[in-house]
Amino acid sequence: MPYMTSGSGNTNNSISVEGLISKLYAIWLREFKVFLRERSRLVASTFTPLLWLFVIGSGFGSTATQTNIDYQKFIFPGIVTMSVIFSSVFYGSYIIWDRKFDFLKSVMVAPVNRGTIFAGKTFGGMTNSLVQASILLAVGAAIGVQFTALSLIQSVVVVLLLSFALTSLGLALGSYMQSLEGFQMIVSFVVFPLFFLSSALFPLDHLPTWLSVLTTMDPATYSVDALRNTMLGIGSKSFEIDVAILVAFTTVLGAFGAYSFGRMKAV
Amino acid sequence: MTAVAGLHLDIHENEVFGLLGSNGAGKTTVIHMLATLLKPTSGTATVNGYDIIKDPAKVRASIGIVFQAPSSDDMLTGYENLKLHSLLYGIPRHLRENRIAGVLDLVGLTERKDDQVKKYSGGMRRRLEIARGLIHKPKVIFLDEPTLGLDPSSRESMWKYIQRLAKEEKITIILTTHYMEEADILCDRIGIIDKGKIIALDTPSKLKAMIGGDIIKLKTQQKNILNIEILKRFTFVRKIEHTTDKRLLILSVDDASRNLPIILKQIDAESVEVTNPTLNDVFLYFTGRNIKEQPEGGFMERYALYD
Repeated sequence: MPYMTSGSGNTNNSISVEGLISKLYAIWLREFKVFLRERSRLVASTFTPLLWLFVIGSGFGSTATQTNIDYQKFIFPGIVTMSVIFSSVFYGSYIIWDRKFDFLKSVMVAPVNRGTIFAGKTFGGMTNSLVQASILLAVGAAIGVQFTALSLIQSVVVVLLLSFALTSLGLALGSYMQSLEGFQMIVSFVVFPLFFLSSALFPLDHLPTWLSVLTTMDPATYSVDALRNTMLGIGSKSFEIDVAILVAFTTVLGAFGAYSFGRMKAV
Repeated sequence: MTAVAGLHLDIHENEVFGLLGSNGAGKTTVIHMLATLLKPTSGTATVNGYDIIKDPAKVRASIGIVFQAPSSDDMLTGYENLKLHSLLYGIPRHLRENRIAGVLDLVGLTERKDDQVKKYSGGMRRRLEIARGLIHKPKVIFLDEPTLGLDPSSRESMWKYIQRLAKEEKITIILTTHYMEEADILCDRIGIIDKGKIIALDTPSKLKAMIGGDIIKLKTQQKNILNIEILKRFTFVRKIEHTTDKRLLILSVDDASRNLPIILKQIDAESVEVTNPTLNDVFLYFTGRNIKEQPEGGFMERYALYD
């Protein structure tokens, strides 16, 4: 469907692949630049996982006895997952701000379809999560987690998958929210449950049934388990199964996000 | 709730059209519908020959819009905001830099293009929005309350930019405003919108001629109601209002310069003031209300205020 107008001097392309890519790039680039310029947000969201890693990691490490592995190292995959949960869900639900400040309106009134806007924002969220996770991976190497080329690649894949799923979830939730107060609801009822139920801080085996059931419903659980597999060589399922389940969650949440974003009112 | 109902409107090519109405009259709703951001529950409209319901993408590609609140990303520079939108509108690479430079020049922001938008003043932000709305050379640009919240000098310079735009570009400008003066200065034609309906539509001068009559404000010491009755018999007197003590009279008359002496023969005036009708009088005449959000307040109060 070409976007041509009859007038002279109009230069809108048909939806070529190049046109689509430049639109995606435009939205992604905006997100990335804002991310880099909002230093305080970057510093704060990197600091929180480090606080957990060092304070909880060392504090509990003195009492907890984990499968021959130092507690701090044991929770490291969970802390990486935590950083992805926080950055992705927050990022997605920031759409509430975009709407409040009319930025989104100016994008929606451009000849760009919602799917492209959604995808561009999701890629932006994945990039942010990846930057933060990379900082944490470097810290992990410093505290003695041994990486191989394969485990690094696998970690990046897991981070990107979970980030895609949760950015979509954040965008979906944000698209239903009318006010900034809704943001606090998302923190209390989505972000923290996702984190605590992900088994980031405890092993999956030998849990009470109710808790075990809840952990299986949390996509972050499979990220934690996959990262434990690849970083520490421990895990309750195999890496492949974890990733397969994560892909399934990602597909469902991605579809939910795209649907919600598409039905969101522009004004 | 219906914000706009039964609205019929034809806007001509390359004119500056103003939608004038008080807050909540439905101006922004009309703009949002024409820009395909809001679907009308019934009816439709054509913008540049494209139906807003059947062809929203084509409508969007051919219009530019400046929202009431600034919508640029204030973490980005002016240039980056324009680059973003030139990509979103699919402007080919070889035209992009020229276009951006052109619109920056038009709105006078070339020197500040590499500053983050958060460092811009309110007037500069608004001008950047206009540049953004023009980047893809739309045939129609919507300006929703383009000077809302600007100080008087920024407002005047914004008027100059809009006038320059109207003169230099082949473009139809549709703006909404609740400032009478702004509508009068900028618009070729004005539609007065009230409670979601267009209640008057013409050029500013014809609208003013329509209510006819100059306004004469008389102050007098007389309290005799008889003189007022005499005045009412003159055919050139269209309307008389007065304060309860009858010391202040406001008359709407034809041709005040000729008829004022006749009036003064009947009334022993202490002071006289003659004004030509303004758009505000037109608005009052059609809506029975002042455009400021006073629900009451007619003809009388407006002039009494200056007493």
